[in-house]
Amino acid sequence: MTPKQRNTLIVSGMGFALVLPFIVSNPSHQNYLILVLMFAQIGVAWNILGGYVGQVSLGHVAFFGIGAYTSTVLLVSVGLSPWIGMLIGGVVAAFFGLLIGWICFRFKGHYFTMATIAVAEILQVLFTNWEGVGGAVGLYVPLDQQGWWAMVFNSKLPYYYIALGLFTVTLLANWAIEKSFLGYYFRAIKDDPEAARSLGVSLTDYKLVAIAISSFFAALGGSFYAQKELFIDPGSVLVTSLSIKMSLVTILGGIGSLFGPLVGSVLLTGIEEATRQILGGSGMGIDLIIYATIIIAVAIYYPTGILGWAKRFLRRGKKAEDGA
Amino acid sequence: MNWDILLQTLLSGILIGMVYALVAVGLSIIYGVMEIVNFAHGEFLMFGMYSSFWLFTLFALDPLLTLPLSALFLFALGALVYRFTIKRIASAPMVSQIFATFGLMILFRGVAQFLWKPDFRTVENSLVSGNIVVSGLYFGIPHLVAAVGAVLATGGVWWFINRTRLGAALEATAQDKEAAQLMGIPSHWMFALAWGLGAACAGVAGVLLSTFFPIFPEVGATFSLIAFVVVALGGFGNVTGAFWAGIIVGVVEVLGGFLIGPEYKLAIVLTLFLLVIIVRPQGLMGRAE
Amino acid sequence: MNKLLVVDKLGKHFGGIVANEDISFHLDAGQIVGLIGPNGAGKTTLFNCIAGFYPPSEGTIRFLGNDITGMPSPKMAHMGIARTFQIVRSFGSMTVLENVMVGAMLRNKSVSIAHERASDELEFCGLSSRASVPASDLTVAEQRRLEVARALATEPHLLLLDEMMAGLTPSEVQEAVGLVKTIQKRGIACLIVEHVMEGIMPIADHMIVLDYGRKIAEGTPAEISCDPVVLAAYLGE
Repeated sequence: MTPKQRNTLIVSGMGFALVLPFIVSNPSHQNYLILVLMFAQIGVAWNILGGYVGQVSLGHVAFFGIGAYTSTVLLVSVGLSPWIGMLIGGVVAAFFGLLIGWICFRFKGHYFTMATIAVAEILQVLFTNWEGVGGAVGLYVPLDQQGWWAMVFNSKLPYYYIALGLFTVTLLANWAIEKSFLGYYFRAIKDDPEAARSLGVSLTDYKLVAIAISSFFAALGGSFYAQKELFIDPGSVLVTSLSIKMSLVTILGGIGSLFGPLVGSVLLTGIEEATRQILGGSGMGIDLIIYATIIIAVAIYYPTGILGWAKRFLRRGKKAEDGA
Repeated sequence: MNWDILLQTLLSGILIGMVYALVAVGLSIIYGVMEIVNFAHGEFLMFGMYSSFWLFTLFALDPLLTLPLSALFLFALGALVYRFTIKRIASAPMVSQIFATFGLMILFRGVAQFLWKPDFRTVENSLVSGNIVVSGLYFGIPHLVAAVGAVLATGGVWWFINRTRLGAALEATAQDKEAAQLMGIPSHWMFALAWGLGAACAGVAGVLLSTFFPIFPEVGATFSLIAFVVVALGGFGNVTGAFWAGIIVGVVEVLGGFLIGPEYKLAIVLTLFLLVIIVRPQGLMGRAE
Repeated sequence: MNKLLVVDKLGKHFGGIVANEDISFHLDAGQIVGLIGPNGAGKTTLFNCIAGFYPPSEGTIRFLGNDITGMPSPKMAHMGIARTFQIVRSFGSMTVLENVMVGAMLRNKSVSIAHERASDELEFCGLSSRASVPASDLTVAEQRRLEVARALATEPHLLLLDEMMAGLTPSEVQEAVGLVKTIQKRGIACLIVEHVMEGIMPIADHMIVLDYGRKIAEGTPAEISCDPVVLAAYLGE
């Protein structure tokens, strides 16, 4: 794809995204679009650490939850606008990410992943027992104020545009990182840590940079979730299943690629919504079985995700053409 | 402070710790041989529990009697899991390995929910029930039996690895699979054996727990996490280390729950895990490189 | 004397096993020093200690007058010591050019400047035509040269080359010899661990010979090649 073709594609994609909610007017379908963008956004956040640097965190829900709790607590207690609360939550999460990184980067590979799960589980227990933030009951976003400043709306439309904005900002940040020296260093660390060290790349320093950025953006997603659902509790914003989902959309779409999380989110959120509607919410485990089958199939057959597979497919097609 | 209660707490921690050790030994064997962390380990335990529950409920066979049957069933399940999923990702990137076993975890929970509903179930009035009192200390007979059974099983695994030819072959594969392959030890069979054995350990622990622990599809989650902590503490691929680490974790959990509050049990154990990582990344009983 | 690297009474133990003991030598700016010895003589261990791969058990290493003993490898790279690996470690998901850019970014974080610097080094190492190829697609000889280009991009004073000629055909060895000579012309000193004698003898200014973890001889290639101690060590292998 030439740069010009790519730009055309991106601009038309953006235009399509802007008018999409007018084509899709059914609120439940609009809700699906919002979910797609939200999971794509936190997928991109996860991808910065998990995809580019190759540090597979399955405790990222901790940062998401910190974002959700920070903005909501600030809103409930002092009436601070979620827009500001969101940024504060991001910064808090980034610092928390630095702390977690300092602890967990001592472990490599699978054990790094386990350590991150442990962190998120600890956080879930603490928040469940912390009465000051609603404990197991959770927190409700007050509905007395509505509109853009309070980030509370009656219709789905504004949420859609906020989700689109957040996704775009996160994607642009990721793009800027990919194009800067950080992107090169991140990939070098993932490909061969020892060689990267010999070229002056401090593994811990740059992994910490990555986890701080990654947790900042994951927290933004958390604040948005709180405003969209108008309710949070440890069971919804601090569960490991959410960590799995944000990584899974990325892996399904294409790990370490810019648009992988979006592609993965469209598909995975779609499958989830479809099973929910067909099975009527009761599930009885069939939803889990479908979900798990996808995970295992991707892990075994498509480790590079849909985008990686598509790229190979296109290249093969091109080779065949050249050969003819 | 009431010393009797403290002593009682300590003892119950040691007893449950012995069961944790058995679960962790299974995890440790799989990691030791393949360097893959089995995130679905707790689900093997869950299947062990259900196998015990159904044999008891449908055929009135006591868990104590059906234990070998459950062990065999879990061994077969573990080997099959290896054959049909793990074998394909044995040399895949780490991300694929993590997600394959994570996928298995979700799959097994889904299957359990689908087959047996998300209800809590219990094995009631089995052969092992009631209490005994020894010099003012209460022992739940199921707990006692579970602990003794777990120690015997852990000892059996230790014996198998250290005293049998097949165990030696497994150990050789864990040390250096290319060299072992050259000496005529087929890696794939050893990997299958490790998965079978690992699953059987978790399954036996599940059966032992089934006489006093509620049974439900997500029961494995906590046990997986605890087993990770035990393995991290005991050093990877180290049966004796896992045994002592299991007891430490059991005591810390029960004592922490007693002193701080039972709702913090899991958080306390996981905090212990993180603290150990900070101080000794090679594990409490692992040797420094 | 303009001493670049001074190794003084260096020792390295692994548990009870002594890999290096009481090794002292020095290297001047712009000099090529060859480090040779039979298999298991401790060459790789010494090399790895100097490269900051593991900390020595005893002794000191000084570079440009600074004590760098036990310094982690990223810091060493900043000091001006670059290395290659015996078993090539290229960044497989990146192109050849991008590999070298990672090295160039040590001195300047600007991507466009790194791009220029990297292109220059690829030109220097004769890999320009392969710039946009994935690094994993290169031949072994090309991957070795890529490692050199990547190390040179960090603008080192000292280049540590770990068996860069192992497994190469005779004509590839000649190319590698030529490359090392041109590196020396840029004023960069080289410490070369080498098994291929015809590769190292013609270019080294000075040779260090190890056996059983100790230094058994040093001198010019001519002196070394007729030293009875060295001959005995090699024949007794």
